[in-house]
Amino acid sequence: MNERPTPSAHKGAVHRPVIHDSAERHVTGSALYVDDMPELPGTLHIHVGMSERAHARLRAIDLQSVRTAPGVVAVLTAGDIPGVNDVSPVHAGDDPIFAEDIVEYAGQPIFAVAAETLQAARNAARLARIDYEELPAIITLDEALAAATDLAPAPELRLGDPDAAISASPHRLSGTLHVGGQDHFYLEGQVAYAIPGEGADMLVHASTQHPSEVQHLVGCMLGVPDHAVTVEVRRMGGGFGGKESQPALIAAIAALAARRTGRPAKLRLDRDDDMVMTGKRHDFRLDYELGYDADGRIQGARFEFAARCGRSLDLSNAIADRAMFHADNAYALPNAYVHARRMKTHTVSNTAFRGFGGPQGMMAIERAIDEIAFALGRDPLEVRRANVYPADGSALTPYHMAVTDSVLDELTEELAASSDYRTRRAAIRASNAESTAIKRGIALTPVKFGISFTTTHLNQAGALVHVYKDGSVHLNHGGTEMGQGLFVKVGQVVAEAFGIELDQVKITATTTAKVPNTSATAASAGSDLNGMAAAAAAQTIKARLAAFAAKKHNIAEEHVVFEAGRVRIGNQEMSFAELAHQAWMGRVSLSSTGFYATPDIHYDRATGRGRPFYYFAYGAAVSEVAIDTLTGETRLLRVDILHDAGRSLNPAIDMGQIEGGFIQGLGWLTSEELWWNDEGRLRTHAPSTYKIPTANDRPDDMRIAIWAKGENREPTIHRSKAVGEPPLMLAISAFSAITDAACAATGYRAFPRLDAPATPERILMAIREATGRAGKK
Amino acid sequence: MTSVSMTVNGKPASGEVEPRTLLVDFLREHLRLTGTHVGCDTSQCGACVVHVDGTAVKSCTTLALQCEGADVLTIEGLAQGDQLHPMQEAFREHHALQCGFCTPGMIMSAIDIINRHGGVPDETTIRHELEGNLCRCTGYHNIVKAVIAGGEAMAPGRAAAE
Ligand code: FES
Ligand code: FES
Repeated sequence: MNERPTPSAHKGAVHRPVIHDSAERHVTGSALYVDDMPELPGTLHIHVGMSERAHARLRAIDLQSVRTAPGVVAVLTAGDIPGVNDVSPVHAGDDPIFAEDIVEYAGQPIFAVAAETLQAARNAARLARIDYEELPAIITLDEALAAATDLAPAPELRLGDPDAAISASPHRLSGTLHVGGQDHFYLEGQVAYAIPGEGADMLVHASTQHPSEVQHLVGCMLGVPDHAVTVEVRRMGGGFGGKESQPALIAAIAALAARRTGRPAKLRLDRDDDMVMTGKRHDFRLDYELGYDADGRIQGARFEFAARCGRSLDLSNAIADRAMFHADNAYALPNAYVHARRMKTHTVSNTAFRGFGGPQGMMAIERAIDEIAFALGRDPLEVRRANVYPADGSALTPYHMAVTDSVLDELTEELAASSDYRTRRAAIRASNAESTAIKRGIALTPVKFGISFTTTHLNQAGALVHVYKDGSVHLNHGGTEMGQGLFVKVGQVVAEAFGIELDQVKITATTTAKVPNTSATAASAGSDLNGMAAAAAAQTIKARLAAFAAKKHNIAEEHVVFEAGRVRIGNQEMSFAELAHQAWMGRVSLSSTGFYATPDIHYDRATGRGRPFYYFAYGAAVSEVAIDTLTGETRLLRVDILHDAGRSLNPAIDMGQIEGGFIQGLGWLTSEELWWNDEGRLRTHAPSTYKIPTANDRPDDMRIAIWAKGENREPTIHRSKAVGEPPLMLAISAFSAITDAACAATGYRAFPRLDAPATPERILMAIREATGRAGKK
Repeated sequence: MTSVSMTVNGKPASGEVEPRTLLVDFLREHLRLTGTHVGCDTSQCGACVVHVDGTAVKSCTTLALQCEGADVLTIEGLAQGDQLHPMQEAFREHHALQCGFCTPGMIMSAIDIINRHGGVPDETTIRHELEGNLCRCTGYHNIVKAVIAGGEAMAPGRAAAE
């Protein structure tokens, strides 16, 4: 009787490795990014004049010769802004679009030139004469700590009595770890194209993860309500958090030029300007103190972090908070104290970057565990496994949330077995004894990453679905596509709901005109939130269709079933298109919004208690490295990853996120080094000096698996789990493996205190310092 | 302004350019061939790779005037009507892209690698040769897989359709 195909037999179904919806356009070069859109006649091009000083008073800004240069149509400064000169994402008032009296980082915009061509704008900008009165600049984190430049008070997390627990412990250790920042290096740089409309209207095509915020901040800048500004984004050429708060500046400058000239205006930063002008991952100083027992079980832990925020608040509060929330990473700490200071420096304001402080926060405990294992002469994996959150839900995080969905014990053991970790570790130790120059290391590290925006009200999303009378479907939602595959995943959800093929669903550009008040596509929450909102919209239409069909055929609604492009109505059947057409004739609305707000989350920042996360995503990785102890050069030899994506909506897309996240994390921890000189000028502002991983840096042997048993215990969209950020932190296994190899270089006599990124210089320094200590023993 | 003419994707193309006009700007702005991307402006990322007389070049550091009379092939010129070039097909099928910004340059470099080696070189060689093409989204795994599959599908002699 039941011969209908299973739901997964048609292409649109979820849990299938469907290719990216834009794949065909990408391989033919026909996918349009903002800079590829046909330009309207009269389009102006903008170049931004930036501060050359890290901290200075602007005595005079002489732009006379800029104004009269050939091709220049407008020169814009703070005085030209009709509304508010601020693009702070938290309305802190500390992110001026153009500096007025003071500049606070080298690269800060002071003015912009809009000209007939980009070349004319660039040439003209060089004619500016800026008179600076230098002020003392604080560049490094340690300088900032010495001067106590805290931008905001830091909340605390406290569980039990950490100080008493540490003093009562049989073993103690403490240390400091510096972890560097990271440039996003989205391949498509920041860009916005503003088109003035009638009256006060402004349309902005922006490369942004957060269209609603760009809309609002452009509105504030222009002094017009949000309704006058429309922001649209079809796709980004990568975002990684760098297009969460940063695009507002770019869009605001483009919109200002458009408003002042009445002409369309485009601002595309070239790579060097982008790297100098826009924010990066926060670098952190991590201080830790732990007490543990003879088995390596942590009894108490104290973490004192400090983040280099740069010159303004931006999203630093939420980022430092997330670092605190991840100080425990995967480990149940019976007693813990966590604190993270938010330090101002005269450098670019640091911002969101995949993981949002979480990766930095995890680094301290992973280092500490390696150190505990060294001190006890144990395998670090055994120490890790002795401390992971138990599956029974009995342990609390430092913010008093019960971890009820831990799969860490099972997942780490499965990976240890599948990667043959223990045998390989023994073999590596044996071979290190034979080899003088080349030392190998191996490490398995787990990840537990909290899913939800920790600012509770951001956990909401909207969608808009239309079914046309020919049965084709228009899908829109508040999430943005940056390559992560959000659009195809949400498309799959809608196709699944209507039981139709994915190609019947048109996935359309994100626009503030269709779905309002959206949150950034961030916190890995894109498909969780927008998938649910789109499912809700589809459900509403489906219910109307079912009611219509049931009434017409005089049967109960539950006998109307949507699958495989057909609708079964009792013992009749018709195509989805036929039903849509009939419903239209029957005057049924075939359009609906959908809305979702993550349930059951709450957090009280003042007490440091609550349930900020709906659930946790888990994963683990084993990295094996070889270092050349003469040059400090590293080679990643093999990586095994086991990652929990719940019931993956699209395993192919998720595999891409896992692999890409790992490699990006690897870059952060090994090769990507941001370097400012004493004057606060970023000297690594191009890929020639800033080393992002190439095809040649990926390990020869990389084995990635999505955990087969994965399933979200919470009723998320088809029981999937967020996968955008968590895999980045799997790269900590490579850092630990390098530490292990460096330890081998001391003959396993001293623990190397390696900082990140583990560049060849740092590796050599760490080995030298550790060898020195070993010699003194 | 100087006039320049070349063959682009099999069709004659000409225009008035400044001597300093880059090939990428000529392609994108004069010919509206926007599949060739600019990722770094300084010859580092490979997003702008096109073929000039059968060889891969970075069009962000090639002057339009240098290509006077040359035969230029861009990503838009690879497919034959609806028929994707085997390398395009391989990138599509093997999930060798995420944001897609690096994809056109990757594909153009990939075809060049296969052409120069007269077949599919080993994986290590491919990875080494792709060093001039940055991808920030993927971990290169599927890209390398696609280069191998696409290279195998490129019938000998018909390499790069040039
Ligand atoms: S834009 Fe030409 S190499 Fe990057
Ligand atoms: S797919 Fe985004 S840079 Fe390669």
